[in-house]
Amino acid sequence: MIALLKRDLKLAVRAGGGFGLGLAFFLIVIVLVPFGVGPDAAVLTRIAPGMLWVAALLAALLSLDRIFALDFEDGSLPLLATSPLPLEGVTLIKGVAHWVTTGLPLTLAAPVLGFLLNLEPGAYVWLFASLALGTPALSMIGAFGAALTVGVKRGGLLMSLLVLPLYVPTLIFGAEAVRRGADGLDASVPMLMVAGITLGCFALLPFAAAAALRVNLR
Amino acid sequence: MSIWEYANPKKFIATTTPLVPWLMWTSVAILCVGLTWGFFFTPDDARQGSTVKIFYLHVPSAMMAINAWIMMLIASLIWLVRRHHVSALAAKAAAPIGIVMTVMALFTGAIWGQPMWGTWWAWDPRLTSFLILFLFYLGYVALWAAIEDSDTAADLTSVLCIVGSVFAVLSRYAVNFWNQGLHQPASLSLDKEENVADVFWYPALVCIAGFVLLFVALVLMRTATEIRLRRMRALEMRMRG
Amino acid sequence: MTLVVNDLTVARGGVPVLAGLSFEVSEGCALVLRGPNGIGKTTLLRTLAGLQPAHAGQVQFPEETGAYASHADGIKAQLTVLENLAFWGEVHGNDVPDAVFEAFDLVDLRDRLAGTLSAGQKRRLGLARLGVIGRKVLFLDEPTVSLDGFSVKMFARWLREDHLARGGVAVIATHIDLGLEAPELDLTPYKARVDLAGGSDEAFL
Repeated sequence: MIALLKRDLKLAVRAGGGFGLGLAFFLIVIVLVPFGVGPDAAVLTRIAPGMLWVAALLAALLSLDRIFALDFEDGSLPLLATSPLPLEGVTLIKGVAHWVTTGLPLTLAAPVLGFLLNLEPGAYVWLFASLALGTPALSMIGAFGAALTVGVKRGGLLMSLLVLPLYVPTLIFGAEAVRRGADGLDASVPMLMVAGITLGCFALLPFAAAAALRVNLR
Repeated sequence: MSIWEYANPKKFIATTTPLVPWLMWTSVAILCVGLTWGFFFTPDDARQGSTVKIFYLHVPSAMMAINAWIMMLIASLIWLVRRHHVSALAAKAAAPIGIVMTVMALFTGAIWGQPMWGTWWAWDPRLTSFLILFLFYLGYVALWAAIEDSDTAADLTSVLCIVGSVFAVLSRYAVNFWNQGLHQPASLSLDKEENVADVFWYPALVCIAGFVLLFVALVLMRTATEIRLRRMRALEMRMRG
Repeated sequence: MTLVVNDLTVARGGVPVLAGLSFEVSEGCALVLRGPNGIGKTTLLRTLAGLQPAHAGQVQFPEETGAYASHADGIKAQLTVLENLAFWGEVHGNDVPDAVFEAFDLVDLRDRLAGTLSAGQKRRLGLARLGVIGRKVLFLDEPTVSLDGFSVKMFARWLREDHLARGGVAVIATHIDLGLEAPELDLTPYKARVDLAGGSDEAFL
């Protein structure tokens, strides 16, 4: 399984686009926000937690369809399915690899982009922590969505339609944690909920994703 | 003789075809009685005036929106465990009806909410939950539509339905946490009749019964259509060899 | 190490295509599948490899010994020849033996990116994967597509000397003569009748 993780990371680095595109998209969305709502610092401060979370979520969504589609096209997937790796392990590793290449850079970049939206100083640590805890869930849910739609030609749009409603709880608790942090309130409850969702996703979704992959390989 | 015999498509069609018109007309009759009773023979609410009467459409459609999803979940589980095609097709058949019920609940809610709260839409937990439910329905229907092989589609939509149900419940709690809301608590449940006075409650029960029957009739009808479509495709496949 | 197939029916898209197949391939032997396009060779090989469920009947061989290979062989253009092979080796818990590079004439290409290889070279890389994963029961779907005559002989020699001679088993669908002394199985007589019962949509007919 480590071999698969190493290969996926290597591919992401060499193919380019893996790290860069998602981050660039994140930056552009955050830059567009003030153009849309006006430069008033007070307004930006108010909406910053939510906008940062929504933008990070959309950036993570961008690269989801590549999780399985590339391996499906070049025939790696049936070969992995007949290898000693359990398919559940494959989907788990794919989710982890996606997080390392998108969720992690987004988490690291988010505090910097927080300055652009005039985020409340007390909220930076919560922004970082909630994204660090929440983006793995986004990747794993995304891997499930990608496994469902891997057999569909041009399934990217369909996948977004399936995955985005599943993102609702993570987004609500994640953004709520940052908002409470910004207001100087105790943010531990939403943080624990985000952590719970992430753990639950990693415990259960690999099975659902592997089941979907098996159906699609049939 | 077991209930699973009806999972045979031919037997299913043979059994349900004569039933459907009866169910249909009964539900229409019950709905006519319930709605007429509710609209014209109940007093106006002291505070809300006659706007309250949209309740006879709003509450049953909201209940059926959720019940349709639960029915789809059960049918999906039966398909995954017992591989009865009729079960998968019944889940497929119920989804568009669920969508219509959800839209109806949202619409009647908006019409009710405008005079009551002074707004067509509020990000209230209940309203938001129904909007999210609507999105789940859309995804489910889109996945069915996107996959050509019907057994593959049935498998994948069943998995989506199960995972989606977990996330739908999770979303409900998340939304409650996120905004406490201005919606009144559920106005009706079978055991808490004290919520609503009897005069309103009886016609509402009649309306709910009508909606349930209508839903059953529509699902049976649409499932039969799906079975015939599958049969046509199967025959074409065999003819081509 | 024997592959036993007993009264197997395989289906494509829920419709049976081949029915009543029974054969046995014992240790050190290969079986060549013949038949016109669309008869169901790929479906049969995928079913044997366990990628899709058998419609009826049994396939028996020791667990975790089977491998499937088709013309899509999971080569990553951004990895070198060595890295590609090393990955599949690692997944199966093996190192990459130097002999593999010689057997498939990849010695000079070792550190080239797979994306820069020609079609035939890629094909050889794909086949070299079989020498790395150490699986004993191979299901090969048109393994020699886009190989020149020389490479075909090379592959046949590897199959004979390094695989079958060491107790391997192979089932091969191919249109050209590999020069193996292997029995052939013509699938035409096993074509499932159109009205054969048991399709996944049988209940609808």
